[in-house]
Amino acid sequence: MSIHLSSSASHFPTLPKAPTGINGLDEITEGGLPKGRPTLLCGSAGCGKTLMAVEFLVRGILDYDEPGVLMAFEETAVELADNVQSLGFDLRQLQADKKLRLDHVHVDRSEIEETGEYDLEGLFIRLGYAIDTIGAKRVVLDTIESLFSGFTNQAVLRSEIRRLFRWLKDKGVTTIITAERGEGSLTRQGLEEYVSDCVILLDNRVINQITTRRLRIVKYRGSTHGTNEYPYLITEDGISVLPVTSLRLAHDVSNDIISTGVPGLDEMFTRKGLYRGSSILITGTAGTAKTTLSAAFALEACRRGERCLFFAFEESPQQLIRNMRAVGMDLEPFLAQGLLHIEASRPTLNGLEQHLVTIHKLLTEFKPQNVIIDPISNLVSVGSISEVRGMLTRLIDLLKVQGISALFTALVSGRNANQEMTEEGVSSLVDTWIHVRDLEGIGERNRGVSILKARGMAHSNQVREFLVTDHGVQLLDVIVGPAGIITGASRLTQQLQEQSQLLASQQEAERRDRELERKRRVLEATIANLRTEFESVEEELRQVNHEEEQRQQALATNRQQLAKGYSNRQPASPSPNQ
Amino acid sequence: MESELHEEAPRAEYLLHLYITGATPNSTRAVRNLKDICEQYLKGRYELLIVDIYQQPEKAKEERIIAAPTLVKKRPGLTRWLVGDLSDRRRVLTLLGISPEPTDM
Repeated sequence: MSIHLSSSASHFPTLPKAPTGINGLDEITEGGLPKGRPTLLCGSAGCGKTLMAVEFLVRGILDYDEPGVLMAFEETAVELADNVQSLGFDLRQLQADKKLRLDHVHVDRSEIEETGEYDLEGLFIRLGYAIDTIGAKRVVLDTIESLFSGFTNQAVLRSEIRRLFRWLKDKGVTTIITAERGEGSLTRQGLEEYVSDCVILLDNRVINQITTRRLRIVKYRGSTHGTNEYPYLITEDGISVLPVTSLRLAHDVSNDIISTGVPGLDEMFTRKGLYRGSSILITGTAGTAKTTLSAAFALEACRRGERCLFFAFEESPQQLIRNMRAVGMDLEPFLAQGLLHIEASRPTLNGLEQHLVTIHKLLTEFKPQNVIIDPISNLVSVGSISEVRGMLTRLIDLLKVQGISALFTALVSGRNANQEMTEEGVSSLVDTWIHVRDLEGIGERNRGVSILKARGMAHSNQVREFLVTDHGVQLLDVIVGPAGIITGASRLTQQLQEQSQLLASQQEAERRDRELERKRRVLEATIANLRTEFESVEEELRQVNHEEEQRQQALATNRQQLAKGYSNRQPASPSPNQ
Repeated sequence: MESELHEEAPRAEYLLHLYITGATPNSTRAVRNLKDICEQYLKGRYELLIVDIYQQPEKAKEERIIAAPTLVKKRPGLTRWLVGDLSDRRRVLTLLGISPEPTDM
């Protein structure tokens, strides 16, 4: 019943694991090496087998308080201590603290003679004694195959080695056995037959004169694990495995908007900027102000009080600062404040993975909110395109998981017909893709910027001309001419034309106004004339009427007088009433 | 010469350390074989120390013991590790610099 319950809750008891403490290895092995069991670590010469094994012990002591025994068949204790000192592992101190025991097993064919039957009990006793005196939980047998050079009886050796692994398992110590890579098999002596729990293969490849070390888990009984080949590096802090491709695209996203540092460019996005924690790619041909745009982004980030890490693969920090100051962007104060860190190196300085590790390391140390890599296209010079793509995938994932906003620039070839395709194929990995290009017109070049994609927000579809001025990058308003967008000198011409058109139309309007005025005046004059004429006619008419009235009156008076008779003949005079 | 000889007198010509692991068959055989050889060839000329590395495990590291049983020949000549139960008598004798008697052929 209880078993049924536990299984339905999908909490199967997992294999107990011993964390190695090695950067990245625990992620690939999903927790570490099988606890209390032997692990075979095989690889060709110069892979760092011993180093990885020693780091396993040292980290175990320092980080997990698990004392360890190192049984070295090839190097003496002094040699080992000296060799790993450069990585900051102080074996002598650990030995003095009774946390570590080194036992050099000297195997010399010329000193050993076989005279009959024997076993390797001496080795067991030495190992057992070393384990018991310090209570070791971890054991490293560094190249146990050396025994085969000292003893001739293979049958005895093999059965004894098998017994040794069994014995180590019974003792419950987590063991690493290193072995040299053999022809056609994992190890020269076929030790993989005896170690069935976990086998890790280290590989050292030189391609195009650049060495890449890779690690692969060949098998891991009872546990899932990453199956890919993972590049790893031997850094000054030990081994660093890069398992970033194992990530599952499950990072948190932010809804915050950050500025690109160029106001006009922000306006081209409907949300007036970029999402925080997104990755931005700026592609463009040579001299299209990619670096300037990235510097603007960096400057804006610093102004917000955020830390910004700038990887310059083309310019030295001083050169970058000088050049950006010339366009009105002073990075120096932020550099002094510690908000900005410029890491300049030639891409060819390191292999790709080394670059990734440098980035990784600086991310851990500097903890930036913004990272700029200018340009990623240069990395192609140190690796094949598929490798670069792999590395960038890991890098972008790494940054995304940490919520770091990343800006990359990439140079695209002008000859390339499909200019907007980056060779690395990074474009599908990034969230926002801004393309800057030359808009070549009649006798001149102008810079244009457009947004090719912006995940999660709408954006302008225009190609906007921009200028790199003394005050940084400025986007110009769009002027659409008869044949599309107009830039540069044509823009000026267009502006002049528009100005003269404006002037002409103003003049025309003024002329029309004057004409109207004149017409008004003429009409008004005419109206006045007419009115005068009318008045005179009216006056005349009135006069005529008056005269007529008088005449009528006189006539009437005369008639009355006539009616009254001639006796009363008087001169005609108006008589109001009769 | 004489004084030298005189000084070396307390030291046995052969200094042999035999490292065994308790009473395992190989160890028992080794002890028996070695004692036989010493009795027959090195009577009065050897000093033998038998160490059980189960009892003194720290000796195993000090004396660079890997296999058991192991006979470490410290003198005369260079130190040699004779691994095994010493049943290859002729070989043991050769390695110890002793000419085997015809009966041991």
